[in-house]
Amino acid sequence: MSTVEERVKKIVCEQLGVKESEVQNTSSFVEDLGADSLDTVELVMALEEEFETEIPDEEAEKLGTVQDAIDYIVAHT
Amino acid sequence: MSKRRVVITGMGMLSPLGNDVKTSWEGVQAGRSGIGMIDRFDATDYNTRIGGAIKDLDLSTWLSPKEARKLDAFIHYGLIAAQQAVDDSGLAEDEALDKERVGVAIGSGIGGLEYIEKSVLTMDKSGPRKVSPFFVPASVINMISGNAAIRFGFKGPNIAIVTACTTGTHNIGYAARTIAYGDADVMLAGGSEMATTRTGIAAFSAARALSTRNDEPEKASRPWDKDRDGFVLSDGAGVMVLEELEHAKARGATIYGEVIGFGMSDDAHHITAPPESGEGAARSMVNAIRDAGIDPSEVGYINAHGTSTQVGDVAEVGAVRSVFGAHADKLAMSSTKSMTGHLLGAAGAVEGIFSVLALRDGILPPTINLENVDEGCDLDFVPNQARKSDVRIALSNSFGFGGTNGTLIFRRYDD
Repeated sequence: MSTVEERVKKIVCEQLGVKESEVQNTSSFVEDLGADSLDTVELVMALEEEFETEIPDEEAEKLGTVQDAIDYIVAHT
Repeated sequence: MSKRRVVITGMGMLSPLGNDVKTSWEGVQAGRSGIGMIDRFDATDYNTRIGGAIKDLDLSTWLSPKEARKLDAFIHYGLIAAQQAVDDSGLAEDEALDKERVGVAIGSGIGGLEYIEKSVLTMDKSGPRKVSPFFVPASVINMISGNAAIRFGFKGPNIAIVTACTTGTHNIGYAARTIAYGDADVMLAGGSEMATTRTGIAAFSAARALSTRNDEPEKASRPWDKDRDGFVLSDGAGVMVLEELEHAKARGATIYGEVIGFGMSDDAHHITAPPESGEGAARSMVNAIRDAGIDPSEVGYINAHGTSTQVGDVAEVGAVRSVFGAHADKLAMSSTKSMTGHLLGAAGAVEGIFSVLALRDGILPPTINLENVDEGCDLDFVPNQARKSDVRIALSNSFGFGGTNGTLIFRRYDD
């Protein structure tokens, strides 16, 4: 079974069309990985689906980096 | 005000005959059919299981991973044809190009049907929170034009005319006028379609519009033949680079031909069927001939709408007879849909390109599968084999649901 980190990174690659090598834990979705506002909404939806959880909008807005997403998933699933 | 002259300096195409202009045009000259069994979805339960698909297309050659994943296929096809046309035109190498004077007019008849289907199913299964934020920009029709503007930096007029099966013709005609009138110097123009989806095939099938010759897909599209039984739905895109003549000459562009006339009309008759007389189609041709300032006898070739339906094929013959009189027996009229199937909103663009190439190469495209010509269909349809002919002026017809008609007239460029 893949770790949360691996699964989050895989989804980030798929959603944002970036290579695995480009995705660091510190990568910002917008600044580093080229996401726009629509991309980030869809990214959160994909994370919800993968981890069978619901991320409220006010929490989703705080997820700026790959590590933020990993931390949120670990704390809430 | 005298009209500025508009020439074609670039062309791009994806069709069931090939994934570029050259391969598709070779297919037309060889009289090849691009029709086959539908394999994009399981069509087992469908009355019609045949269509004209784009085959062996590697999206990653043309599109970013994000574009490939987040846009509907009709936008993929339109953008790829646009990229091919821009590459072909050499515009990208023109450092002096004023991009505020370059616009885009690429439409679609139906739009992002596959993405719409997928989104509705997602919402039904998982609720409204699971509908993608990309649903609208991935499926609405002006997003080929919008994405092309971003891709190429073209900041001039940006539009996408939507007129069912007349879409491609109307966009090219409108774009030519935009240049002639002085609102732009260069326009990317055409149409794109990917409607061979579960709903698309089911709906056209329910309208009894589609051929059900499932055991012989390559023979299914047979305009003017006695045994025709409807059209074949196909996918693809066609895009032209239209350019003001002096602008094209100044940068040393290759000129494929000239757009000299554009006409429109409506049948005002029925939502899907034309009147048997073809009088709406006739008015569209008359309007285009007047716009071109030519005598009808100068037209040597007509690329017909010719979809392979019972009423439409006969009506178009009647329309041509009424417009051209005795000259109708001297000109040639063929339907390249006999090979490509019907690309709906892309049809006029793809057929406009074939018309321009017919003039450039002096080759009349054939109407294939014409084994027994039907009663009332008595023109020179260039049956089954392409033919050499030194034609100078070609006319291309498109007629759509809503009774909307469009006609383009092209002239060989040999100045």
